[in-house]
Amino acid sequence: MIRVQKEDFDISSEIDALVGEDRGIGGICSFMGTVRDMADGASIDSMTLEHYTGMTEKALSGIEEEANNRWNLSATLIIHRYGELYPGDRIVLVVTASPHREEAFMACQFLMDWLKTKAPFWKREEGEAGSKWVDARAADDLATDRWRQ
Amino acid sequence: MNILYFSWIREKVGVPHQDVTLPDGVRTVGQLMTWLMENDDHCAAALAEQKAVRVAVNQEHVGFDHVLNDSDEVAFFPPVTGG
Repeated sequence: MIRVQKEDFDISSEIDALVGEDRGIGGICSFMGTVRDMADGASIDSMTLEHYTGMTEKALSGIEEEANNRWNLSATLIIHRYGELYPGDRIVLVVTASPHREEAFMACQFLMDWLKTKAPFWKREEGEAGSKWVDARAADDLATDRWRQ
Repeated sequence: MNILYFSWIREKVGVPHQDVTLPDGVRTVGQLMTWLMENDDHCAAALAEQKAVRVAVNQEHVGFDHVLNDSDEVAFFPPVTGG
């Protein structure tokens, strides 16, 4: 399941809703990304996330489908927020559930790595250094490349 | 065709989208970029650094050699920074 939303989310209730009555699940892995209060040594007051409505949903669904093709997963969830966020705010949540932990761990990392380089979101930071679009990191491309078959 | 711009490319172009009729002789994404840059100074500034420009056609990532149709939705944006 994927969701693109302005609103905050609660990790515990999201996991409960995702797992439901599936007692075949033995491992649940989650990753949550939050807004930092510093970038390149300068303090951050707020961050605005812009996204490409329509393509975002399509890209996230595609990434989720790819994870399900690669691993035996019982359930997956991607939530990504947009709009104005502040240091400490939750930005993104990825949850993967599977019968055994290994597949949940792998799929969770894969989903985050792919999302970072494929989902059409752009961050703009406001802070000590003024207003600035965040540059893409080469390390994120490398993290995605390691999953290429 | 509908052309969309995002992030700092949108700011440099000055508008979030433009409705354009695919001109004669323009077949690929790369040719469309050249045509936009020749006909609009704001587009020229926004798309000048080709290495920093990513493209989606009908909401799928494509390369500069992708062949266009007049009904396509084309989007120009910098490398994504979500997550």
